[in-house]
Amino acid sequence: MIPDEYLQTFVVECRELLEQMEEALLIVEQAAEDPEIINAIFRAAHTIKGSAGMFGLEPIVAFTHAAESVLDQVRSGDIEMCSALASLFIEAHDHLNILVDHVAENSQPDGDIDHHGKSLIERLEAYLKGAETAEKVTDNSDEMPVVHEATLEREQSDVVGTDHWHLSLRFGPEVFRNGMDPFSFVRCLATLGSIVELVTLIDAIPPAQDMDPETCYLGFEISFSSDADKVAIDSIFNFVRSDCLIRILPPHSKVSEYQRLIQDLPEEEMRLGEILVKCGTLTPKELDNVLRFQAEQSDSPQRPIGEMLVEQHIVSPPVIKAALEKQQQVKDHKKTEANLIRVDAEKLDELINLVGELIIAGAGTNLIARRAGLANLMESTATLSRLVEEVRDSALALRMVQIGGTFNRFQRVVRDVSKELGKEVDLVISGAETELDKTVVEKIGDPLTHLVRNSMDHGIENAELRLARGKPAKGTLKLNAYHDAGSIVIEVSDDGGGLNKAKILSKAIERGLVSEGANLSDKEIYSLIFEAGFSTADTVSNLSGRGVGMDVVRRNIQALRGTVDVDSIEGQGSIIRIRLPLTLAIIDGFMVGIGNAAYVIPLDMVVECIELRAWASDEGDGQYLNLRGEVLPYRRLRDHFDVEGDLVQRENVVVVRYGEHKAGLVVDKLMGEFQTVIKPLGKLFKSEKSIGGFTILGSGEVALIVDVPGLMGQIEIEKGTVERAGIVAAK
Amino acid sequence: MANVNDNNQHSGRLAIDGELTIYTALELKDQLLAALAATEELELDLSAVGEFDAAGLQLLVMIKQEAITLGKAVRFTGHSPVVVDLLDLSGLAGFFGDPLLIVRKPTREGKPT
Repeated sequence: MIPDEYLQTFVVECRELLEQMEEALLIVEQAAEDPEIINAIFRAAHTIKGSAGMFGLEPIVAFTHAAESVLDQVRSGDIEMCSALASLFIEAHDHLNILVDHVAENSQPDGDIDHHGKSLIERLEAYLKGAETAEKVTDNSDEMPVVHEATLEREQSDVVGTDHWHLSLRFGPEVFRNGMDPFSFVRCLATLGSIVELVTLIDAIPPAQDMDPETCYLGFEISFSSDADKVAIDSIFNFVRSDCLIRILPPHSKVSEYQRLIQDLPEEEMRLGEILVKCGTLTPKELDNVLRFQAEQSDSPQRPIGEMLVEQHIVSPPVIKAALEKQQQVKDHKKTEANLIRVDAEKLDELINLVGELIIAGAGTNLIARRAGLANLMESTATLSRLVEEVRDSALALRMVQIGGTFNRFQRVVRDVSKELGKEVDLVISGAETELDKTVVEKIGDPLTHLVRNSMDHGIENAELRLARGKPAKGTLKLNAYHDAGSIVIEVSDDGGGLNKAKILSKAIERGLVSEGANLSDKEIYSLIFEAGFSTADTVSNLSGRGVGMDVVRRNIQALRGTVDVDSIEGQGSIIRIRLPLTLAIIDGFMVGIGNAAYVIPLDMVVECIELRAWASDEGDGQYLNLRGEVLPYRRLRDHFDVEGDLVQRENVVVVRYGEHKAGLVVDKLMGEFQTVIKPLGKLFKSEKSIGGFTILGSGEVALIVDVPGLMGQIEIEKGTVERAGIVAAK
Repeated sequence: MANVNDNNQHSGRLAIDGELTIYTALELKDQLLAALAATEELELDLSAVGEFDAAGLQLLVMIKQEAITLGKAVRFTGHSPVVVDLLDLSGLAGFFGDPLLIVRKPTREGKPT
């Protein structure tokens, strides 16, 4: 049995590769073929096959093999990449994903999946056969005419006489730099059997001035006699598989396979043919057969072989060069990847937990030092806390990941949904490098998917309507992210029809969410779409419009201590803004005292502190302050939290900002900055919106953390009910 | 480290001492080309090559091809056992065309051509 941790690594790697593959496929589907991208897809498939083979995961190997063979032909230009083929590959990719999921869960795929896999393989193989017949006819490579049946029969009849294996190896340019010597593989091979004949290919070594002595240009054609099976031979090359071209033909392979081999290899056919003869793999007669066989398949059987070879000759050097360049680029990319270490997320959490404890302990020491009044001790604790702070920052940075990965996944969502809806939509991504906590990234995926689907379904109009409104037929959906005041803002915007205020309002009244005649601001109207059971869509589509969803989105986001709001201009589009805290674990806090209790306000949100009497004049109704001419709603935390204790002479106002809102919190004492490890409150306090958690102070006391957005929301709601009550009373 | 002895400019003889491998390939390339530029007929003495790998082999191919392009000649002599071994394995002896097969046995006894 395979050790679990290896299998896990395999699953993780496969998922990554599949992600890359999907990304590349989406590009290919859109644009014309780019050899580099096709290569990337091929490599992903190839690596998956290779590692699945190591684990003996036969279904994956068999399936990937089919995909890989087709990709290989695409790569060599024998099959043209079209959007139909790309779609097929996307299906294949999905199927692979399912297979990998089963591996992860250690379960067996059921019959349906098996069946689906088989049908996909069939469809892939259809391309392969199509390529064989269409080979070199190229111009109209109409998929699979009836001819193949004949081809298949011929393949079976012609078998090469040799009872030796034939190995074709082309080493990648980085082999030396990776510390490997091609000949060591040959020596290793010799342990499995005997090398009948080896031809070293030096054709790729460029002229002196272009030659990089540290780049590998070598290749081997080996005729090899051995009783070992293919897996054993294949496994010798495990270390170089990723950047080398390796073809292994078992004894008595079919003529067509040799022919494919010749086509796969970068050298021209005649030279390869000679080498194969020299290796003893093919007799001259057989070579003739191979080449003739190929000629027969082409449209003009009378065409001399020589002419084809000349043509090949012209084609091949740039191909080699391109291949080398590509490999170089991929290699460079790999190098940066190699600098990464995969760490179990749990270990990271543990580290952050420990850092949290360290901060608490540090604060305790600080307090004792201050009480003892020892200058030396105070100085050293100051240094210590600075270092702890740095450790905390870097520990938190470890958890930060770029949001780009999440965003890129939406390429696929947008593609699928636009197909489903029959709308053409472009996805524009910006701010992909914005970082946020991994746990947040993980949890934001679902709500975002919902918003994106929603925007595409309801927001973006169909092409005719768009043209009628003077917009380009193709809709645009934008995903944007940026940092703002200690939080990350994620925007989903579309250039669609925007929200219809009147419609929302009438629907809300109909549903009893708002009382008739209520005076709501635009913002308030827009945010009604997040109410449960709300949908203005005239028709319920497959995707959205059933009124479930937006409320779930809001709940999910609120669970992350975030908020969501909408802006819209009718006829021009709408923008949904999600605001999330950067991290969930530790914050810089500002400690304030109310009565005998201490409260912590997240420092990012504190704008300024003022003395209540000196700066602002109480406007009388106890709700608004005049802050340098600005109307500032405020709230006495003493009243809000119902704190008992003596009133103080001089109350202070902490001005906090969240998003576009500003508010004042009146407190008794200002106690200064304080690093805070957020500990979650128990379930009992779940309904308390204005407290986000608690923390343990150096003295061992508990301080509650004020959840500013929650508090503001609560104030707003209360204010609303008061106002509404006022309106009703006035009536 | 490889140590290149440029003993005699006129006869164009260059002895490679020590490693002829990936570790020395970069500097050896320049030395080989410089040596070739200075003479019409270059003799490379490989008798003191202690280590030889595929990168070294590539260098020899490179200098041979360069010589052909320039209409000059390069001969390899005194192949040390490691060189013979790898040339044998690679099947490239024919490409270099040096009297390796004849030379091979004497070399093993440590006698240059």
